[in-house]
Parts: sequence; structure tokens; C-alpha cells
Amino acid sequence: MREAGLAYALVLPSLVVFGAFIFYPFVRNFYLGFFRTPPFPGLPKKGVGLTQYREVLTSHDFLNSVKVTVLFAVYTVPTGIAAGLGLAVLAHQKLRGIGIYRTIFSSTVATSVAVASVIFGTLLNPNVGLLPWLGLQTNPSILQNPSWALLAVAITTIWQNLGLSFILMSSGLQAIPDELLEAAQIDGAGAWSRFRNVIVPLLSPTIFFAVVVGSIFAFQSFGQIELLTQGGPTKHTNVLTYFIYTTLQQQQDDGKAAVLAIALFGITLLLTLVQMRLLERRVFYAR
Amino acid sequence: MTEAARGDVDVDGAGIAVSLREVTKTYDNGVMALGPIDLQVRKGELVSLLGPSGCGKSTALRIIAGLEAPTSGTVRIGSRVVNDVEAKDRDVSMVFQTYALYPHMSVQRNIEFPLKSRGMPRDERATRVREAARGLGLEGLLDRKPAQLSGGQRQRVALARAIVRRPAAFLMDEPLSNLDAKLRVQTRAELIELHRRLAATVVYVTHDQVEAMTMGDRIAILDRGVLQQIGPPQAVYDEPANLFVAQFIGSPSMNTIGARVVADSEAVAVELPGARIMLPAPTGAAVARAGADDVVLGVRPEHVRIDGGQLPATVSVVESLGHERHVVCRLDDGTMVIVREAADASPARAGDAVGLSVPSEHLHVFDAGSGRRVAV
Ligand SMILES: Nc1ncnc2c1ncn2[C@@H]1O[C@H](COP(=O)(O)OP(=O)(O)OP(=O)(O)O)[C@@H](O)[C@H]1O
Ligand SMILES: [Mg+2]
Repeated sequence: MREAGLAYALVLPSLVVFGAFIFYPFVRNFYLGFFRTPPFPGLPKKGVGLTQYREVLTSHDFLNSVKVTVLFAVYTVPTGIAAGLGLAVLAHQKLRGIGIYRTIFSSTVATSVAVASVIFGTLLNPNVGLLPWLGLQTNPSILQNPSWALLAVAITTIWQNLGLSFILMSSGLQAIPDELLEAAQIDGAGAWSRFRNVIVPLLSPTIFFAVVVGSIFAFQSFGQIELLTQGGPTKHTNVLTYFIYTTLQQQQDDGKAAVLAIALFGITLLLTLVQMRLLERRVFYAR
Repeated sequence: MTEAARGDVDVDGAGIAVSLREVTKTYDNGVMALGPIDLQVRKGELVSLLGPSGCGKSTALRIIAGLEAPTSGTVRIGSRVVNDVEAKDRDVSMVFQTYALYPHMSVQRNIEFPLKSRGMPRDERATRVREAARGLGLEGLLDRKPAQLSGGQRQRVALARAIVRRPAAFLMDEPLSNLDAKLRVQTRAELIELHRRLAATVVYVTHDQVEAMTMGDRIAILDRGVLQQIGPPQAVYDEPANLFVAQFIGSPSMNTIGARVVADSEAVAVELPGARIMLPAPTGAAVARAGADDVVLGVRPEHVRIDGGQLPATVSVVESLGHERHVVCRLDDGTMVIVREAADASPARAGDAVGLSVPSEHLHVFDAGSGRRVAV
């Protein structure tokens, strides 16, 4: 009994922290969504129940934003994982000097979103950038181009996450015993067959983890949008987080922003649950 | 190098399944794991590679398999030089010490994998897998994953995966070392049967001399990357090429006693601590021819007798194993001599002063400097 009491006492501080910074704001946010923000500051807020939820969640802007966010995730997550895995397999060789490549491949871990965005912003800049210098100029310039802007942001993101993806996949590869790959070699499997039949299945828990966490990251990306495109051109890169940000900061509409935030939370949660159900069945866990 | 220490059996290469010629291996870190070694394995033969830990057994096997490239020398499978052939195209199969079963595949798919990799049609694959599984008593386990098998069963799956393809040679790296003692003896017998039934060529790495002796048609003994001797087990036991082999093969190992050669006009004798022994004429002549002053005498424990012989010793410990006894004696200078005798032999007890005798036909003579056998 006394031990149980002690246990509760020890859990209490974290409960307080969680309560204050997570549960309370979450419930409060949900509640805020019931109130319409007045057109002029100073006027009283008006409780409208679920009406605001319905309006916002069916609005064209919201649906566009969901579409952009999903596209952004689709562009970045599989490609990022595939690239990290590819590099990890390449670097997983007993060659002299391979350590240099490992360092290079993992170096983007040390770059923040801001650094990556500045680098790519400069590379893609129509006046001083690399692409114009190579003669690959689009009109309007890439970051202002409705067809290319989201892709450019996605590429920046993939590049910035590559180091992490590489390290994650490398550590997964390290855990596969060399003997299994040697056995496969002797069993007549070429490089591709070893990759498909041994590496990928044994790496599936790592890949699964990367897909789930990567998707959550993708849905919460903000910095590169703010620095590269500010949601434009004409909302073509207006991902949900950016939409929430502008709604709150520029339009000062905290009611609508609250609804959007709840929606983002709901979508992310749903996506994660679906992935867990669908993918987990295909994952091999060695016991 | 003496004739016996070379692995030559066949000069023209016909009838040879695996051959290493002047093969050396120096790892990237500078470790010279394999001195130049020559080894020929005949078709249908089981050769045990025996030696202490770190002597290069696995390295030799991995070079044959193609998992490691030799630093120099020629590797052949059959008559084909395979130095530049990838492991997957070498037509050998391997059983690893840890079995290396694919943990995500069922037993069925594990056994099938080598066939699938080589593009064998599905129904032929099924037949082959069934055959291999039947031969090793795995029929009931085909749907299980490796994690759901016992150590012995895993070992069988690894064997099944190796035999299913009927390769030119089987390479086995201490395949029994993860089994408990009882299962090891049983599996050893099964492996021998399997080898006979399939007329399979096997290179079998072990550091267990009993395994090597019982399984090998020939055994090759390695020490520090150098082949010490190769030959049929009995020949190696009876005529070890040097002190290393003499002491490595046999349990308890061969007694060795330092001695001085004293030659006069009629005969050659050796002076031991506390005694002088005349060498039989041919041995004596060989020793005289070798011109060595210092030799090491070797005698197997089962050949020493406690019978009031001319070599004085003191019994220090008597170890009884039930069916036999090991009597540990010390000569005057402290040299240990172990006598192996029947459990009901004359009861020597610790502390007794005894006289040992050594039949001269069982005396091995080695050069004290080089350790080499003084050939008769
Ligand atoms: N990949 C490697 N890199 C560097 N040195 C190695 C490597 N593999 C083995 N060695 C060294 O080469 C020598 C021979 O090793 P090997 O594995 O062939 O020995 P072994 O006879 O199989 O020993 P054991 O009975 O312990 O398995 C050892 O000194 C070992 O440390
Ligand atoms: Mg080894």
C-alpha cells in the first residue's frame, strides 16, 4: 500500500506537467472552436456550437490545405526513406574509406530546417541560384511556380531529413547479422535478391517506424514553408500548419485556428492508427 | 615441407572437388591469417580442418566459399579456377556455426531459398524440399519459423538448406558446436551417414579433435595459418609430423620428455631424467643421421606402463573415469607423464614411487629445435 502511494507521488509531477501543457490546452482548444471570433477586436465572442467546425472543415481553403499536406507527405516520406535506405545499403560495405561516405551521408543531421531552407532558397533563387546558372530557368521562378513550388519544398525537406533517415536505416542494417547476408550469397542470391529477401524483411520494423514518425513529421512541417514560399504561390504550398499559423497570426481568428488545429490533430491521429493497422501486419519482428 | 604435410593427392586435378594452391590471406588489419597453404579435397571425401582457435580454419573455409578473397594463390572448385567467381556462383553450400537461418522465413522457405535463387521451377522445388526435409526428419516443422525450433532442429534445417541443392562441395564451420554434448554425438553420426548416403564432398571445420578424427576421411591440422599435416586420422595419430600435431591429437595428449642423444659405436641411446633408453636400430640410425643432440621423446599415455620399468617416477594424482584411469606421474626433473590404463590395473596411489616402461616401438622422436618428427 505504501509503495503504491509512493508510486503515485512519483508520477504526480509529470501528471501535473502533462495536465498543464497538454491536456488543458487541448481541451481548451477544442472549446475555443465553439466560439466565433468577432470581426473587430473588442467585441464579445459569440458561441456558435458546432457551426464553426462544420464551416471550416468543409471550406475550400481547408480541403486545399489537406490536399497540399497529404501531397507533401507523399512526396517526402517514401522518397526520404528509400533514399536513406539506398545510401545506408551502399555505405554498408567493408571498403576502405567508407567512413568518409558515412560522415557525408549523415551530415545533414547537423543542419536545421532553417539552414536547409536558406541553402535551397539560394540554390533556387532566380537571380543568383544554381538552376538559373545551369540554364534550368522556369517562368515564374521555381518557388513562385504553382507546378513546382511544393515539389521544391519537398526536395528541400527530403534533403534535410536524409541524414536522419540514413542513420536510422544504417543502425537497422547493423543489427542484421552479416552471416545472414553471407548465407544468402552462398544460397545464390544476387545483390537485389539479398536486398529484397533478406534486408527489407529484417529491416521492416525500422522502416515501419520511419514511415509512422516520418508521416507525423511531414504533417507538422512548418519552417521550410515559412522560409521558402509562405504558403504560396496562391496557396499551393499552404500546408495545414501554415494555414493555422496565418489564421492565427495574420487574421487573428483564434476560433477558426482552433478548429484547424483540432483537425490537424485528428488527421494525424487517424493516419497513425491506419498505418499501425495496415503496416504492422507486414512487419517481421524477430523475437 | 614433408610429403605428409602437403595436401597433394592428385597432380592432374581429376577427381578433385576443392583445391587450394599456395593460398595466403592477410587481413586489412595486417593479420596474416593463412600462410601459404595447399589443400586438395577429393570428390566424395570428408576432410576435417582441425586446429586451435584463431588458427585460420574459418578463413580457409570462407576463401573456398568466396566470402573472403585470398591475398594470393589459386582456389579451384572442380577444375574451375574460382578466384574471380562470386560466392553465389561457386556451387558450394555452407552450414554456419550459428546456422544463419533466415528468421523471417518458415522452415519450408528457408530450405527452398537456394533453389528459388537459382530459378528452379516451383514443383521441382517442392519435391526437392520434401525430400530434404524427409531425409532430416523435418516434415512436421515446415511451417514453423526458426525462432520456434530447438537448437538441434535449427541445425537440421541448416543442413537441409545446404543439401537441397546438391552442390559440388559442402562447407561446414563448426556446425555442431552449439549443440549439447549428447545431441552432438548423435548429430555427428547422422552427419557421417548423410555424407556417405549423398557421397558428398565436405570440408568440415572443427576445433574438436574427436569430431575431426571420427568424421574425417582425412584430417588437416592447422596451426597459426600453416598446414601442419594432412592424412587419414589413424595415420596422423600414429605418425604425427611434428610436436604440435603430436600434442594436439589424442586425449590425454601425448607425453613429451626432453632427452639428450648419446651415441656410441654400436647403438644410439637417449638420456632421460633418471634413465637411459636404447633406441631400436632404425630409429637410432635416423636420429644419428639427423645429427640432433637434443630431442623430445613422445609417447602416448596408453603406451606407458607402470610395471617397475627403468624410468623412475612418482605418482602425483590418480583420475578415475570409471572405465579407465589416468595416472599422473612426475619424473625426477618434474616432467609430467600421464599413464592411461584400465580401471582394474594395478592400483597405484598418489605418492607411490613407481617404475615406468615405454615400449620402444611406440616411441616418437622429435627434433627439439624444429619440433619435427625424426623420420625413420
Ligand atoms: N575479418 C577479419 N579481419 C581481421 N582479422 C581477422 C578477421 N577474421 C579473422 N581474423 C583473424 O585471423 C585469424 C584467423 O581467424 P579465423 O576466424 O580463421 O580462426 P579460426 O581458426 O576459425 O578460429 P575459431 O576456432 O576461433 O573460429 C585470427 O587471428 C583472427 O583474429
Ligand atoms: Mg572459426
